[in-house]
Amino acid sequence: MSEDFKDNKTIQAQSSETISGGGSGVSPDIDHVRPAEVEEQDLYHGHSFITKWIFCQDAKVIGVQYFLLATFTGIIGLILSWLMRLQLGFPGAASFMTAEHYYQFVTMHGMIMVVYFLTALFLGGFGNYLIPLMVGARDMVFPYLNMVSFWMFFIAVGVLLASFFVPGGPTGAGWTLYPPQTILEGTPGSGMGILLMCLSLILFVAGFTMGGLNYLITVLQARTRGMTLMRMPLTVWGIFTATVLAMLAFPALLVGALMMSLDKILGTSFFMPTILKAGEVLEYGGGSPILFQHLFWFFGHPEVYIVALPAFGIISDLISVHSRKNIFGYRMMVWAIVGIGGLSFFVWAHHMYVSGMNPWFGFFFATTTLIIAVPTAMKVYNWILTLWRGNIRMNTVMLWCLGFIVTFVNGGITGIFLGNVTVDVPLSDTYFVIAHFHMVMGIAPLMVIMGAVYHWFPLVAGRFLDEKLGKWHFWATFLGAYSIYFPMHYLGFIGVPRRYFEMYDSPYVASATGMNEFISLAAFLVGAAQFILIFNIIKTLKTGKPAGSNPWKACSLEWLTPTVPPEHGNWGDRLPVVHRWAYDYSVPGAKEDFITQTTPPSEVVNTGVEKT
Amino acid sequence: MHPGIIFFLVIFGSVLFHIFTPWYWTDVASNWGGMDDTITLTFWVGGGVFVAVCLFMVYCVFKFSYKEDRKAEYKPEDKKLEKILTWATTLGVIALLAPGLVIWNQFVTVPKNALQIDVMAWQWGWQYRLPGEDGKLGTTQITNINDNNPFGINLDDPYGKDDVLIQSDVINLENNQPVKILLRSVDVLHNWYVPQFRAKMDAVPGIVTYYWFEPNKTGKYEVLCAEYCGVGHYGMRGGVIVQDNQDYENWMQKQETFSDLVAKQEALEAEKTKLAKK
Repeated sequence: MSEDFKDNKTIQAQSSETISGGGSGVSPDIDHVRPAEVEEQDLYHGHSFITKWIFCQDAKVIGVQYFLLATFTGIIGLILSWLMRLQLGFPGAASFMTAEHYYQFVTMHGMIMVVYFLTALFLGGFGNYLIPLMVGARDMVFPYLNMVSFWMFFIAVGVLLASFFVPGGPTGAGWTLYPPQTILEGTPGSGMGILLMCLSLILFVAGFTMGGLNYLITVLQARTRGMTLMRMPLTVWGIFTATVLAMLAFPALLVGALMMSLDKILGTSFFMPTILKAGEVLEYGGGSPILFQHLFWFFGHPEVYIVALPAFGIISDLISVHSRKNIFGYRMMVWAIVGIGGLSFFVWAHHMYVSGMNPWFGFFFATTTLIIAVPTAMKVYNWILTLWRGNIRMNTVMLWCLGFIVTFVNGGITGIFLGNVTVDVPLSDTYFVIAHFHMVMGIAPLMVIMGAVYHWFPLVAGRFLDEKLGKWHFWATFLGAYSIYFPMHYLGFIGVPRRYFEMYDSPYVASATGMNEFISLAAFLVGAAQFILIFNIIKTLKTGKPAGSNPWKACSLEWLTPTVPPEHGNWGDRLPVVHRWAYDYSVPGAKEDFITQTTPPSEVVNTGVEKT
Repeated sequence: MHPGIIFFLVIFGSVLFHIFTPWYWTDVASNWGGMDDTITLTFWVGGGVFVAVCLFMVYCVFKFSYKEDRKAEYKPEDKKLEKILTWATTLGVIALLAPGLVIWNQFVTVPKNALQIDVMAWQWGWQYRLPGEDGKLGTTQITNINDNNPFGINLDDPYGKDDVLIQSDVINLENNQPVKILLRSVDVLHNWYVPQFRAKMDAVPGIVTYYWFEPNKTGKYEVLCAEYCGVGHYGMRGGVIVQDNQDYENWMQKQETFSDLVAKQEALEAEKTKLAKK
């Protein structure tokens, strides 16, 4: 194969129409790939420890940095959830657990998991590592900016965690930060806590914008020869579309955080109407609390898809590789990702059916919300149709994929409950909502992250994670998490409201005490099970089985680097040339059950390739 | 054990849990039984899809487990199948949405004979105001609120004089009489929610929000605040007592109007000045 690339540089320079093909007696034209339009990028090669590993400009290292820092904050979020479940399952068991602390933990858990864990991990972590490799680029197009992006994220996390140590503690306003209570006495952390939260979010958005520009422009401008948009792996499509959403949605959060800070510091009244507190009328007036909710959810709903779309993309690739079958209906999958992304900007107020906005909005937002169910359902069908007549490897990666399908479909269906405005009225602000969004936006993406870790670890570290430990990790997480959130829906049916520190003796919740204890025990177990992965990683790095090159027999580019793990610059001397899509598995007539993206047609002339 | 078996048991267990669960919604005590029906419909359609998709997945996992000598099918697309699935899903979604919107239309259309009730919320408590004999509530303003005027009624509004003030977190309602709950808050967001009535709406400072329902079972119900409102949120409870016409009238007789309150306070003032003069 290497002969094809021997004169790569010269071919790029010329606009020659022919390339000498590999197969003898075949017209060389069939291997033709359009010449490159731009010159190769010059990379900065770090030499010292600091430039190589700390202030590093290699997207792969930045990806790992994002991954590690997001995981670190995620573990803090996990510990906070343990403390919450301790209070809910066994009230009074921990003497330090006051209502103030409880609400602070709820708030920080929510914000950390959604923004600083999931978003940072999917886009910053997987995005950085995989985009350049999957599109055949040497690096992100703006490596320096990329490095700054991570360090902005680092500072944002620092500011967020600093709020635990300021007077009054972190904000306890709920992760939605609804004013006016957010900045008034009566809510924990309404002083320094909320200001640090706003500052941290602003830093996060600024840093993320730097990274996001990189992802977009790399995908649009730095794809290698032959890598058309419709040949890209769905992982790239998912991350790309999610980044577009993030670019449009995060500004709403940014201005929301900024205006709230001004209300707090300067006494402006963006979100503050006339308020009577402790017998005194405050110096606010004329603002609208609902305006904040519109801004927040204009960010908040696309945010759901900023997490979900990369997950959709990644899971598609994992299922395809490990079923040895092309992803079913690739074009439908691409358009579904783009369609869901577009629609996600027209559904935000389904979080606000009972917020006091004009109730006539309900008709519009219920309709748009249920329309989004159609492309989402198509994706689900295509995943299970990819399994159909596949050749399914029942390894750890596939288990996470199957776990994802079960939890995602479950959480998606409960989403139809909540999106349908009438059904939402009794269920909103109850535990049904908690169960729904944890199932669909917590557990399902977590299944994808874990599947992706087991799948790509051999690429990143060159060794296989231990399968046996992986299976224990999976079953404890899947069965445990399912038994937390499946029964929790029924608490919502009873009518148990969310964000209650304690239920006292309300008659209809007395019956749920046993269930609350059970859920808490399951939560402790699921949290603890995650440390199996950490142990597995440490063990693997020391004694794991070497993976070698392309261990899963995948078609996509990231597995085709000259060295494993890939080095800085990814591709050695010559960029790869792409001849087909990323899913030519089990092609009839082919010797093996996969044809890599770089295999020219002349090498596989007698196969029944339908789509390239 | 084949992993498919465990996945099957998870699906099977979910269905059993749903059938035998002791935890389910409280008996509906208002006209919003239609909401329960929509939920039930969504359960059947959604639950059916969930079970079908998962069982199909389990079947595939059993049937197509990896074998060295087998090759997967190669079929990038199937336009016809994709079209059928798209349309079937669209129809399913319409079937769920349409009844939901019909009921929502009822929810946003308040009947003309609904009794208006002013529900006032603060951190952390409730109080209520009913229209007097003129059938109309007087206008209010937060800045008017003080010890002598706990509801902030505009003193020059004639409709306000006979308003019935209930300075308690428990309110009585008449059975089968539709009520329009007018929500207002003097400080932060709150939400007046009785699970048995199904309906709820946020109280937002600066505006008046509303919803309506018709209680149809006599009895005592607990009011919960359903929108997070600070540290005291979980303790912000109230009560509703739904009574038959006669009991309700009796209760109503005993309540104080705004004029009563003003008169009482004026008498108190006069007493004070008298004492001071002596």
